[in-house]
Amino acid sequence: MSQHFPVLIVLLPLTAALLSPFFSYFHKHMGKWVAVASLFGAFLCSVGLLMQTVQDGGQAVHYWMGNWAPPLGIEFVVDPINAIIVAMITFLALMTAIFSTPFLKKSNWLYMGGYYTLLALLCVGLSGMTLTGDVFNLYVYLEIASLSGYGLIALGGNKGTLAAFRYLLIGTIAASLYLLGIGFLYAMTGSLNMADLSGLLQGQMDSPLIAMAVVLFIAAFGIKAALFPFHGWQPDAYTFSHPGAAPLISGAMSKVPAYAMLRFFFYLFGAQHLFVQHGLTVIGVLGAMGIILGSVMAIAQDDFRRMLAYSSVAQIGYIAVGLAIGSVYGLIGAVLHVVNHAFMKGSLFMVIGGIQYRFGEFRISQLGQLHKKMPLTVVTLCIAALGMIGIPPTGGFFSKWYIMLGAMSTEQYIYVAVLVISSLLNAVYFFRVLENVFVNPSPALKEVNPPSGKLELPLQMLIPIVVMGLGILVLGFCNASIVDGIIKLGLPEVFLR
Amino acid sequence: MTVSASTMDVLNNFLATKGIYSLVLILLFLGMYGMIVSNNYMKKMMAMNVMQVAVIFFFLCFAQKEGGMIPILDGITTNPDLYINPLPHALMLTAIVVSLGTTGVAIALLMRIKETFGSVEEDEILGRADK
Repeated sequence: MSQHFPVLIVLLPLTAALLSPFFSYFHKHMGKWVAVASLFGAFLCSVGLLMQTVQDGGQAVHYWMGNWAPPLGIEFVVDPINAIIVAMITFLALMTAIFSTPFLKKSNWLYMGGYYTLLALLCVGLSGMTLTGDVFNLYVYLEIASLSGYGLIALGGNKGTLAAFRYLLIGTIAASLYLLGIGFLYAMTGSLNMADLSGLLQGQMDSPLIAMAVVLFIAAFGIKAALFPFHGWQPDAYTFSHPGAAPLISGAMSKVPAYAMLRFFFYLFGAQHLFVQHGLTVIGVLGAMGIILGSVMAIAQDDFRRMLAYSSVAQIGYIAVGLAIGSVYGLIGAVLHVVNHAFMKGSLFMVIGGIQYRFGEFRISQLGQLHKKMPLTVVTLCIAALGMIGIPPTGGFFSKWYIMLGAMSTEQYIYVAVLVISSLLNAVYFFRVLENVFVNPSPALKEVNPPSGKLELPLQMLIPIVVMGLGILVLGFCNASIVDGIIKLGLPEVFLR
Repeated sequence: MTVSASTMDVLNNFLATKGIYSLVLILLFLGMYGMIVSNNYMKKMMAMNVMQVAVIFFFLCFAQKEGGMIPILDGITTNPDLYINPLPHALMLTAIVVSLGTTGVAIALLMRIKETFGSVEEDEILGRADK
């Protein structure tokens, strides 16, 4: 059984996604619980896989589809870094699936079944992108994730439809560029398997085709990850997406392409080659510009969701800078930040989703005295805000710390300066939110969905909010064991010597 | 004015080796150009399809081989040099399905946009969405 864990992570939500509308037809809530159960199963499988790889001392688990040996067949490769990112994706998807149930209370069976189909398919696409060891398979999962993402954004209402269509146009350009890039690699080597490709390419890394492929991959993953000059689609898409699905969309959908970029540049090409180094410098410069610009734009927003979206542009910049530094600490920081940021941004979008559910309000200026109305939600808001700024016990501090450590050890002081300035800007916009919550007088808010019992929100929303808030603290306290026990085992071989 | 034989050789050589790729490149950038400059969402989507087709052509072009036959296991021809590599075609079959799905989602979204905003012209929609 346990040898099938890699494929079950993808297969369980895929099956549930296709069955969800069918079950919903018979009973409105059955499709929902099928999806939630499958996501829970996928989460258990990914945790089992993580434990398995860590116990084997970082030995990667290979799963051959239909027992066809690579390079002919498609394989799933699970090293410790893959495993922890998949565990994060499935956990976030599970929490999001539970969190979004109250939003769908009044909808009919078709909407409900369709919503969970899209949510589970998004989880399938993202975890498939992380697990797969085949470059064309990655394209297919990228498109699964993108198409279900467009659907979830379009469910957010009229402006959501518009944002989804605009994202679809630019997302298709990204997918086409990625396909062109793997076309070059395939024409050079005749292989699509990542490990095989990596071996075959090592002799021809000076070829101009590699420069072309690097450029195409930067553009493709940059668009998907909303790296600075390609981020135009992102603020609208995050702001107007379905409030229940926003945590998964914002937390995981743009982080996984950034992680795919890491895998291409460090595992497939190898960062020691000239073209890849130039590519990484470009990514670093774009990331540094994105950090400053995203933070400045976030200060100017009054819509809480839009502020978070611009903050995401800055946070992707951190990951890009971590890759560009290219040392052990830089990579550890980048991977840790993928996980941390998913938790922080996911919980912040859950907080604003909860506020939107109860009061129909998302402007920062209207959040006065919220701690008296929704105490637990505000606790999570505080933890996540402190994490985004980078205050020590939270996870956000440690990933920034590792990135800074990497920049210091390779003497790239410009990145240190950018990171410090951006932390100050983060403090400006998150303390503005906290000031509005704790100091401002209470505005006259209309209760859209008044609480039925003692709790401030329905239990299905409150549990994910609290768990995600605690998760940020747990990631902070356990960061040493995560880094030493998991991430260091999976680093590329160049750094292990 | 007569064209010298060496110029013809260069031209012939270019057309034989890089000609088809140049056409594919032009098609790709034509699609992107259309997506950028067009104001009508329907036209943007059609330009998107042109771009996707260019990528598909690119794969089919480098799979081509002079003197190759269709890859059928007939038991007589065993030399792999005589076959055309079928893998790019198989990959592009998947890519065509994906682009069909993308187009379907795009048309569904576009119908919704037309329903709500009463137009598919970008400037009109953006004017109405801000209200």
